[in-house]
Amino acid sequence: MIRKVILMGFTLGSSLLFIFQLMNLQLFNSDYSERSLNNAIQKRPVYPNRGLIYDRNGALWVANKPVYDLMVVPENLIAFDTIEFTSNLNITKEELLQQIKNASRFSKKLPSVLLRQLSMEEVALLQEKMWKFPGFYFQKKSTRDYILPIGSNVLGYISETNQNEIKTKTDYELGEMIGRQGIEKTYEKILRGKKGVQLFQKDRFNRIIGPYEEGAFDVMPQEAEDITLTLDAVLQGYGESLMVNKRGGIVAIEPESGEVLALVTAPSYNPNLLIGRDRSKFFRELVQDTISKPLFDRSLQAEYSPGSPFKTLNALIGLQEKVITSETLFSCNGGHYYARGAFMKCHCEIGTNSNVIKGIYNSCNSFFAKTYARLIESKPSAAEGVDLWRIHLEKFGLGDYLGYDLPIGKQGFIPDSNYYNRWYKEGSWGSSTIVSNAIGQGEILTTPIQMANFTATIANRGYFKKPHFKKASSEQSNDSLYPKNRTLIDAAHFETVIEGMHQVVERGTARIARIKDIEVCGKTGTVENFIRLNNEKTQLTDHSIFVAFAPKENPKIAIAVFIENGYWGGRWAAPIASLMIEKYLKGTVERRWLEKRMLEGSLMAEYEKPLSGLPFKINE
Amino acid sequence: MNNSILYRLDWVSLLIYLLLIGFGLTNIYSTSFSEASFSLFNWSYPAGKQFWIFCFSLSLLPVILYINSNFFEHLSYVFYILSILSLLGLFLFGQKISGATSWYIIGGVSLQPAELAKICTALYVATSLSSIQMDIKKGASLARIIFIVVLPMILIILQPDAGSALVFTAIFFVLLREGLDLRTLYISLGLILIFIFSLLFDPIRLSIALLVLFFLVYRIILFSFPKTKKTPFVLTLGLAVIFSFSVDFIFNSVFEQRHRDRFNVILGLETDTRGIGYNINQSKIAIGSGGILGKGFLNGTQTKGGFVPEQHTDYIFTTIGEEWGFLGSCGLILLFTCLILRILYRAEKHTQPFPRIFSYCFASMLFVHFFINIGMTLGLVPTVGIPLPYISYGGSNLLAFSFMLFIYLNLDFNRLS
Repeated sequence: MIRKVILMGFTLGSSLLFIFQLMNLQLFNSDYSERSLNNAIQKRPVYPNRGLIYDRNGALWVANKPVYDLMVVPENLIAFDTIEFTSNLNITKEELLQQIKNASRFSKKLPSVLLRQLSMEEVALLQEKMWKFPGFYFQKKSTRDYILPIGSNVLGYISETNQNEIKTKTDYELGEMIGRQGIEKTYEKILRGKKGVQLFQKDRFNRIIGPYEEGAFDVMPQEAEDITLTLDAVLQGYGESLMVNKRGGIVAIEPESGEVLALVTAPSYNPNLLIGRDRSKFFRELVQDTISKPLFDRSLQAEYSPGSPFKTLNALIGLQEKVITSETLFSCNGGHYYARGAFMKCHCEIGTNSNVIKGIYNSCNSFFAKTYARLIESKPSAAEGVDLWRIHLEKFGLGDYLGYDLPIGKQGFIPDSNYYNRWYKEGSWGSSTIVSNAIGQGEILTTPIQMANFTATIANRGYFKKPHFKKASSEQSNDSLYPKNRTLIDAAHFETVIEGMHQVVERGTARIARIKDIEVCGKTGTVENFIRLNNEKTQLTDHSIFVAFAPKENPKIAIAVFIENGYWGGRWAAPIASLMIEKYLKGTVERRWLEKRMLEGSLMAEYEKPLSGLPFKINE
Repeated sequence: MNNSILYRLDWVSLLIYLLLIGFGLTNIYSTSFSEASFSLFNWSYPAGKQFWIFCFSLSLLPVILYINSNFFEHLSYVFYILSILSLLGLFLFGQKISGATSWYIIGGVSLQPAELAKICTALYVATSLSSIQMDIKKGASLARIIFIVVLPMILIILQPDAGSALVFTAIFFVLLREGLDLRTLYISLGLILIFIFSLLFDPIRLSIALLVLFFLVYRIILFSFPKTKKTPFVLTLGLAVIFSFSVDFIFNSVFEQRHRDRFNVILGLETDTRGIGYNINQSKIAIGSGGILGKGFLNGTQTKGGFVPEQHTDYIFTTIGEEWGFLGSCGLILLFTCLILRILYRAEKHTQPFPRIFSYCFASMLFVHFFINIGMTLGLVPTVGIPLPYISYGGSNLLAFSFMLFIYLNLDFNRLS
């Protein structure tokens, strides 16, 4: 009997064993279905075109253009004419063969990149001959096209994500473009859009054999939004051309709205250098230039002593705190003894009596030293005086990052009592110790954008809006996005100081900045500066500074110009600021001679001096 | 007459056969499906070829049913000799395809004589075993049967096609049914277990375990039957230990690396998913990804990607697992089980030995194919390349197993006449 059931038993036993194993594989082990997805389906991201960037007047500034990666599938190669192939590609035969060797080491069946980011021009020549070169093909990608090759410091740049980044930025693929600096970084989310995904069926060699499920599970990419900047491309370009062969920065702001009209740093670079095949080469050059630092945005990151323009703020605080009135006169004897044996020079003639307006337009050091001393001494202790002064300055946005929408910046510095208590014994210092602050020297540090911002605050008679680079959209008005930051100073005092600033241009230190039919208000500055050269504190030629706004009533532009080692304020900064204002308000510049002088003028010789290793003269 | 054939025919087996063929064609179509749609009737595609071979074999069904049953019995030795000659002829005229000289190619049609040798051997074994002089308990008779089976096996191994040769061991089940000493079954099972355990553990540890086991068994038996002798236990233990060590020796010194790898992967001693383990791993992934209901006809991503090799032939079950899921796979396994059990059940009804033994041969060969093929695909049995009858693509195999079924049907409905 048992003989009759042996094979039946085996059959039933095997069936049960198989069903058990099937349950194990198909019902209780999801691991296998995941692995199936991984090895049979390829997800390929679909990138939307990056958002375009326009200037405030709607001029297209940054667009996209196709670039081509030259790909190779080693398996499909046949013998080909290497000379014909390489002649258009700017690559030697040896390099090409080495690259192909590397590619086939990676995979014979899968495509590898041979050359990255070839331009359309480079590809066009080869494209029609491609039938001769099976195994090679071009893969289209998208990169930035800077229609206007200016404003690289504001725009920033994009580049491919690297191995490290994608660990933290999980929604990025390796090699996906990401905004690195400037607008591209700040508004990455808007400009990037939302990538989609396409699913492909792979075969066992990882080759794509077609869309998966006819694309039923594909996700379309979401188009990126375009951005309109507050910058005026014409003004920005003009500013950059004026700054050729000079170092420094220009910041122009529309006072009423806080919109930045131009943000120039010099030296700068053509943003088109940072796209395409030679990107890394040019980028390395920019990084390695530690002398002129083209990647260092002087308008946002350079902290300078503000110099004489700062006197306007001290005047306002003095007036508000009632240590002076608009009629208060101080006499100047070509300078001012602020302590025994300590003399602050002034270029006023001996016996000049100045009120605050004259103090401003003559830039009288004595007047402001005395005002400042009164201010500090108006409180029971110098410490309280300094802190009061500081509170006022903070309201002008000084000592603060300002919160604008670019990813870099510096805080600047406004000292407080703690700072001096740390330096000197507590109670042992007084107004005379810190009198340099009166004229914008000393410990104070500001960035050019902060200077433009406080100029805008004066132009607005007591408030500023956060400077920004992206124009408010129609849904969100400028007022709701950027509330007015008010100072603690009464409007009447602004009129006094503005009158002084107007006189600066009319009869004071910056008569060169006068523009026909436009009432310009400004203040020059000439800032002493030192570097450490061969371990010795060495004075260099003064920085040339000018802050201004125009027109006097209902101002449309506030500007700060900072020219490193440009000597006195009226020499470089004031003319440049004036030309910028004229260009912006009138559209054209009538003073051709001045424009020519500024465009062609160079300070390169001045910058060479400390590097030459020879003794040199300053302020020539 | 016509009515009686309809009445007595084993419709269940025939229905299962048709279901299996239909399911097989569906899956062959799926494995070789590409976006460019093609007709099922196109000879140049696997599914089309298989379809036409099926039609051809079906057209022979009435012919085979019409033949007098005695014909098979009396001419079986002719068939056997012809099949041996055709196997020998391979060494002169055979075509080498992927390393094995297993095919004749005549006018674009390839024939695998090993498949036809299966029928012929089954028939001749049935004839020989049923002859009156035969007594399987006698050494001479057994030797004769073993010779009949081993001769084609050796010729097939020489091709080399060890997989097809392995199928002939199915006759072992027939011999067991027909009176072979049952101890051969127990010893074979014991040897297989020792073989597996010697590979899993080293022979020294296995020997110690065997020693303890035998001792315990001996004590238990001694408890019930106090007069049991010690000697057979000691002898068996000794032989088991020797076998265990010789397995170790043979495995490591006689086997080639590719053979060793197949066992190692199955026993989980190596997890090489790229090399030798690739097939099994991909096959498990494909089946596992099917889930309960499967991905649906033509929707298997693994199948489309061609991750599993030989998918329309030996690994066809992976497509079934992926596209038809747990339900489809179980359905197929149940169909096979029913068919085998059905044949065995009907075989036992025969009063004559020849039809019974032939049906038994058929059922056991079907079982060996079923067990090795699906077991291999599921990663339970070492990789042996043999097809799944009625399902896998392969004309000779389809023809051979169709004819075997038809002969079985013939014998079955002639039982009562």
